[in-house]
Amino acid sequence: MSELIFKLSHHGRCATAQIPRHVAQKTTIPSHLLRNDEPLLPEVSELQVVRHFTKLSRANFSIDTQFYPLGSCTMKYNPRGIHQLAMLEGFLNHHPFSLPINSQGYLSCAYELQEILKAVTGMRGVSLTPMAGAQGEFAGVAMIRAYHHARSDLTRTEILVPDAAHGTNPATAAQCGFEVREIPTDKEGNVDLDSLRKVVGPKTAGIMLTNPSTLGVFEQNIEEIASIVHEAGGLLYYDGANLNAILGKVRPGDMGFDVMHINLHKTFATPHGGGGPGGGPVAVSERLVPFLPMPIVAKKEETYYWLTGKECPQTIGRLSAFMGNAGIILRAYMYARMLGKEGMERVAEFATLNANYLLAKLKAAGFTAAYANRRASHEFIITLKIEAKELQITALDVAKRLLDYDFHAPTMYFPLLVPECLLIEPTETESKEVLDAFADALICIVQEAKIKPDLVRTAPHTLSVRRLDEVKAARELDLVYKEK
Amino acid sequence: MPFIPHSANDIKEMLATIDVTSIEQLFEEIPAHLRVKNMPAIPESLTEMELGRLMRSRAEQDSGLLCFIGAGAYEHHIPAAVWHIAGRGEFMTAYTPYQAEASQGTLQLLYEYQTMMASLMALDISNASMYDGATALAEAILMAVRLNRKNKSNRILLPSCVHPFYREVVKTIVTQQGIELVDVPFDEKTGRLSIETLEKMTHEEIAALVIPQPNFLGMLEEVDTLTDWVHAKKALAIAVVNPMAMALLKAPGQWGHAGADIACGEGQPLGVPLSSGGPYYGFLCCKKELARQLPGRVVGRTVDLEGKQGFVLTMQAREQHIRRAKATSNICTNQGLLVAASTIYMSLMGPHGLRQIALISHQNAELLQKKLTAIKGVELVFEGPYFHEFVIRVPRSVEFVLHQLAKSKMQGGFDLSKAYPHLGECLLVCVTETKTAEDIDKFVTALASVLSCEDHSRDKTEKTEHVRTYL
Ligand SMILES: Cc1ncc(COP(=O)(O)O)c(C=O)c1O
Repeated sequence: MSELIFKLSHHGRCATAQIPRHVAQKTTIPSHLLRNDEPLLPEVSELQVVRHFTKLSRANFSIDTQFYPLGSCTMKYNPRGIHQLAMLEGFLNHHPFSLPINSQGYLSCAYELQEILKAVTGMRGVSLTPMAGAQGEFAGVAMIRAYHHARSDLTRTEILVPDAAHGTNPATAAQCGFEVREIPTDKEGNVDLDSLRKVVGPKTAGIMLTNPSTLGVFEQNIEEIASIVHEAGGLLYYDGANLNAILGKVRPGDMGFDVMHINLHKTFATPHGGGGPGGGPVAVSERLVPFLPMPIVAKKEETYYWLTGKECPQTIGRLSAFMGNAGIILRAYMYARMLGKEGMERVAEFATLNANYLLAKLKAAGFTAAYANRRASHEFIITLKIEAKELQITALDVAKRLLDYDFHAPTMYFPLLVPECLLIEPTETESKEVLDAFADALICIVQEAKIKPDLVRTAPHTLSVRRLDEVKAARELDLVYKEK
Repeated sequence: MPFIPHSANDIKEMLATIDVTSIEQLFEEIPAHLRVKNMPAIPESLTEMELGRLMRSRAEQDSGLLCFIGAGAYEHHIPAAVWHIAGRGEFMTAYTPYQAEASQGTLQLLYEYQTMMASLMALDISNASMYDGATALAEAILMAVRLNRKNKSNRILLPSCVHPFYREVVKTIVTQQGIELVDVPFDEKTGRLSIETLEKMTHEEIAALVIPQPNFLGMLEEVDTLTDWVHAKKALAIAVVNPMAMALLKAPGQWGHAGADIACGEGQPLGVPLSSGGPYYGFLCCKKELARQLPGRVVGRTVDLEGKQGFVLTMQAREQHIRRAKATSNICTNQGLLVAASTIYMSLMGPHGLRQIALISHQNAELLQKKLTAIKGVELVFEGPYFHEFVIRVPRSVEFVLHQLAKSKMQGGFDLSKAYPHLGECLLVCVTETKTAEDIDKFVTALASVLSCEDHSRDKTEKTEHVRTYL
């Protein structure tokens, strides 16, 4: 692996071509407000910077270089043309506080994306401002609270969350000041209706669901769940992380959901950047429209403009200093335009075809599907509990060994209720050959576990580092480099 | 089929393997009556060439203006290398580094970032990013309240010289948990906080004071005095700063006797383009004693099986995927790629370069301010030192002035009359290293000509209802 960039530093060196000339060193700022030491930034040449970070990039797996079947994350191809167009000067140098007359290009794209998202979700209002799924969840749950409060219904203090839910769901509910009640899953992967009926009541503000769920199956009782929760006076939140599975096939608005987010960095193919940025627009049914976060783009005659709290006094407020991850919104808009209507339906079709094909191959090879009686959605779970018992290898070992085969590992140990699980999401942009090669790799790894188990248990062997010690990292926190 | 590689034969073979006869059959578990019938609002697909034509015309509509607006988003020169490298597929198309061994590029970069940002703030540790400056401030406030369990206060002093939209975001986020935000007015003469005003706010205990540097009006606060004051009240000092300025100005960890406890802000000035307001990233740093309350991803250095240096996500016991409802935050996806750009930017600039940019931006602002206030009727509103932004009052409606300036391809600044109506017709003007002496003169000439125009009746007619929204 590369040295830290600080080790390349030489006092007095710099990337001269980047630094302004003729700067007077005297200043009128009073000296007690000035800094009199130097921050620890490297002193290196431009070439050293380019080489260092280019080398670092090569120690990453990515969609551009590897199959990346990370379940629940929808790692599909991020079209290059879209990236290039988002980097046009007119978009990059556009200030968020430019006058609306100087912002019609961007505003028109954002407005049209709002309309497209309404159409694919079956909802009545959209705000693009949330900057990731979790912030969309926050907006949604805050709107649920605002809705109840606007009706002087102040006793609803609980949000229901299935035990298979992503961690952001309970964390969001708590961040909005709600208590979280967990609902168990039945053995076919659906929400357990009896348990739901028991906990739902006058304290229920709402329920958060993902559909298809994080177990990779379609929640078959969704209409019944909707009527149970609605009858108790609660609202339904749709976690849109898995929207790719149903895009153009079935819409959350038609299933009875009141509010949802869309992860643009999943379903709408915007690059996830090694952690972010994302985009988490929220879409709502009629009764929640007044509460949407600001700002929203509106249109009058042929002019686009921002709606703010002035026009929408019941809004939950702002969620970002400006108007959300505008560059991501642009990319999602372009992706929607490139796909068009038919393209969007094909997303769900081929994502589902790929998942079911890979599942069928793996089942035929002897792997255990967590929900064998169910049709997979765009992703599915295999459980390695048998292999763990018979061969003493874990899902973690298999995941790490996959890296040696030049495949990114699936999501592991999530959802928490399936032991030794791998959540596999191939996405629609992968070819049959890639899926075949991935299935072969998994089959080989199980063979290796039988013959040379240590090879699997100590994987990876071929990357820039061997298996890393996370326990040491957590015990002996080393979060910043210190010069000796 | 855009981006879908399947041939007809592939489809046939795959369906046979699954043992179904059509793709449609795969959706059999979805109740038929729920299926989508029609989505008329979605247009036909476009090829890349067609899309290019459309997007170039849209980008064209928003381009070609000289920008003197700051107000939290700053135009700086971005070296070509920054986005050439950050835009490499290996950085851009990776997910969060859950598989550490296959993500050493991103992880080492983040460790280097944490080092640089913590040092720029003169604090011990940094997380790997928040969504933006405003949400970073909200999270810093939540952190302060959690840390203040002892005196149980959940009152936060949030001065009105903090960015008005940051204050709105903070309100949206933290009031969900019943946190009380107390507005602290700034001194009308200096545009800064005063201890006398603060003293009046502390009849009840407080959890923290938010200290902006520079503040939203561009002014430099007496950070040492403010930090010592809040510490004497046994509460925390939360700094919200422009990171570019911290190469020149005293950094949060150096304020007063003990230093600010938490520093946060908008990372955009460090290598991130204006891009209509995002994606940017928020930074969040703190003293090491507060580490367990820090929200968001954090990278740590460790070793592999063979004792070789490597990097992993760490302190995960604070996070939503482990701690669920008890997590320090619900954040999952952050703004990693922008951090990559910033890290490359800071490496290119080094301590010297960053300081030079801060200095020249400040000097350009002084130059412009002198020339603008020489125009008849234009006055400087606050006395005292500022960084690279300042407030002027103009003798006509700011809105009219800005629309007139736009006609000469000039963006004159941020209209303060809506966020701070008591200041009158005021404009917040910003200059950075990107403006030459000629640019500055052009702006001065344009403003002088707008203000000398006799036709006052046009002030009114320029105001069409829908372009007047508060932005
Ligand atoms: C099911 C589910 N819900 C919510 C989220 C959170 O979304 P984001 O990371 O965009 O905040 C994720 C992301 O991984 C997810 O998979």
